Amino acid sequence: MSAPDAGGVILDRRIVANEWLNLADDATLPAAGKVIVSLKRFRAERAGLDASGLAVGVRIPNTEDVSALTLELSSQPLLAVEIPKFADGRAYSQARVLRERCAYRGEIRAQGEVLRDQLLHMSRCGINAFELRADQDAQDCLRAFSDHSLVYQQAADGAETVWQMRRRQAAAAR
Amino acid sequence: MYRYDELDQRLVGERVAQFRDQTRRFLAGQLSEDEFRSLRLRNGLYLQRFAPMLRVAVPYGLLSAPQLRMLGHIARTYDKGYGHVTTRQNIQFNWPKLEQVPDILADLATVQMHAIQTSGNCIRNITADHLAGVAADELLDPRPYCELTRQWATFHPEFNWLPRKFKIAFSSSTLDRSATKVHDIGVHLVRNAAGELGYTIYVGGGLGRMPMIAHQVRAFLPELDLISYLEAILRVYNRHGRRDNIHRARVKVLVKSLGAAKFTEQVEAEWAQLKDSDLRLQPQDIENIRARFDRHSYLEAAAADDGSYVAHLAADARFAAWAKRNLRVHRQPGYAAVFVSLKASGIAPGDVTHQQFDAVADLAERYSFGEVRATHDQNLVLAEVAKKDIYAVWRRLSELNLATPNIGLLTDLICCPGLDFCSLANAGSIGVAQDIFDRFEDLDYQHDIGELKIKMSGCMNGCGHHSVGHIGILGVDKHGEEWYQVTLGGSAENDATLGDRTGPSIARADIAGAVEKLIEVYLEQREDADESFLATYRRVGMAPFKQRLYGGAEALAEDEAAA
Repeated sequence: MSAPDAGGVILDRRIVANEWLNLADDATLPAAGKVIVSLKRFRAERAGLDASGLAVGVRIPNTEDVSALTLELSSQPLLAVEIPKFADGRAYSQARVLRERCAYRGEIRAQGEVLRDQLLHMSRCGINAFELRADQDAQDCLRAFSDHSLVYQQAADGAETVWQMRRRQAAAAR
Repeated sequence: MYRYDELDQRLVGERVAQFRDQTRRFLAGQLSEDEFRSLRLRNGLYLQRFAPMLRVAVPYGLLSAPQLRMLGHIARTYDKGYGHVTTRQNIQFNWPKLEQVPDILADLATVQMHAIQTSGNCIRNITADHLAGVAADELLDPRPYCELTRQWATFHPEFNWLPRKFKIAFSSSTLDRSATKVHDIGVHLVRNAAGELGYTIYVGGGLGRMPMIAHQVRAFLPELDLISYLEAILRVYNRHGRRDNIHRARVKVLVKSLGAAKFTEQVEAEWAQLKDSDLRLQPQDIENIRARFDRHSYLEAAAADDGSYVAHLAADARFAAWAKRNLRVHRQPGYAAVFVSLKASGIAPGDVTHQQFDAVADLAERYSFGEVRATHDQNLVLAEVAKKDIYAVWRRLSELNLATPNIGLLTDLICCPGLDFCSLANAGSIGVAQDIFDRFEDLDYQHDIGELKIKMSGCMNGCGHHSVGHIGILGVDKHGEEWYQVTLGGSAENDATLGDRTGPSIARADIAGAVEKLIEVYLEQREDADESFLATYRRVGMAPFKQRLYGGAEALAEDEAAA
């Protein structure tokens, strides 16, 4: 992944300006600002990046076992997960493990083929920032978050599940 | 019947609205073909050879009378007057128009039905024994556990973009009637030595071009750990299943390449992290579901069976012949399960007309607590009929052409839609089914042959489960002609095995004749009338069958080489 698309960015269900620069592995560091580097580069240049004064996000390959990365990445403000094709669901598992197991609280950003009809599930898995593919209408994309008002299963969003509602209803009826 | 609560209903309603909007955006050019394809498949909508095909979910095969009437209404209003029972207990319509599908879904939602996740690379319809809740050999009714699993799988945010489709089947009886060992996950309800309820979990079975029997990954999983364990399996699969080759993407390939032991280790490691999370069920979660299933108040045995049934058996030989084949034991004294055969001559196996939907709904309401089941053998079952009513049910079924006395026999064959409907097929299957029907029309002959499962698929994808047929027939394309490979000795039951290929494929014109030859060999070789085709094959092996089919003239080496 190279320079950011012209597509919009949604952060916490709001359309925002993209403050982050996606940096290729051979690109020089800017003097200031926020950059996203690959995990490989992050590992190779960790000391320099830490000392650079830049805000540094890390792009994680979707084949990576993120539970092993907790210590290494927990203090970075942003982790980017890859959606190379919209039908590739590996990042969904990574995001949940980052949120639910590693208790990562920074921004998790989806990059790649990020499309309207996948946003709700991504957000349920703990992805809270979306670099939309260039052709996506950001305003229309916001509507995707309200496609469903109920969920059956527990996930990273902490939404009360249908089963929990039933437990509550049963308790109230007692 | 499981009755939706307001929450279930709201979710289905929201899905209709969501799909209506997706269809609108597609028709307005805002969604590409490729993107809409993935979305519509997750709602059971295929674009087929001639028209779209809509697959409606029938969770664990259970249907209510109002649902059947709705299926009849859809067949009449949006289709050409009939629907089709699939090998995974669902119902397909072959002729709806894309623009009308949102309306069909809205109609379905009014009777608590939907098409959610009936296709696409996600968790599909949960299937179960078609005799669940009534079988004499059952530990307990698996359907509340199926329903829990259905709800967990519905719109699961993490598992909607799996490497490939994912199928889960449940069994709770001595005899596995749901082919669990050829599913991605097979769940068997069991009690351990201490008498505690739980599950034995199998993973990695499947049909298609690389058929495999599932491996046991856990001998005993406690009752409340079902969902956390399923989640662990799915997460391992979602992360590690292959995505580079569609033909290597099922979980069975992952299990095979890692080895069952290593796969199990990964699942257990993931589960160790999940088992004490919120995914652990509470007893009341199961009770909440169980309480939403109808309870049936049975008649006393003497009232359910007033003696007229036996009298009719004695007086009416046609009724007796049907009863012998198409009834199964019900655990409640005085009741029986009545099979509604969808395998009449001249009818594509599994087809149901709109009049039949309506009439079977009437029968269900009058005689079987308003419920019907769809079977993976593509029949229907009125599972709870009092013996005093069976004769009346039979008479009505006969009028409807739904009383062919062939359940479990040779002409009760299962087959996919084949080249007549499906864009994937290499060869026709419905026509071959008819040829076999014509050749074995004599029912006495079929009865003499006894229990025999012929399963036929029009291509390697194996929707007709040919790999586990006692006789399996697979359509292949050879230089633009329809040919058929034959396998023997497959089974999807407890002793699950994959069939062995007989040899070179057989031409369309000769395939029914080939089946006849196989039957001749069986009849000559069997020790007595109680030895089934499958048992005989397992005892005598391939040689005599092969000899009869090819007459030793196995010079078709190029065909073998090509395969």
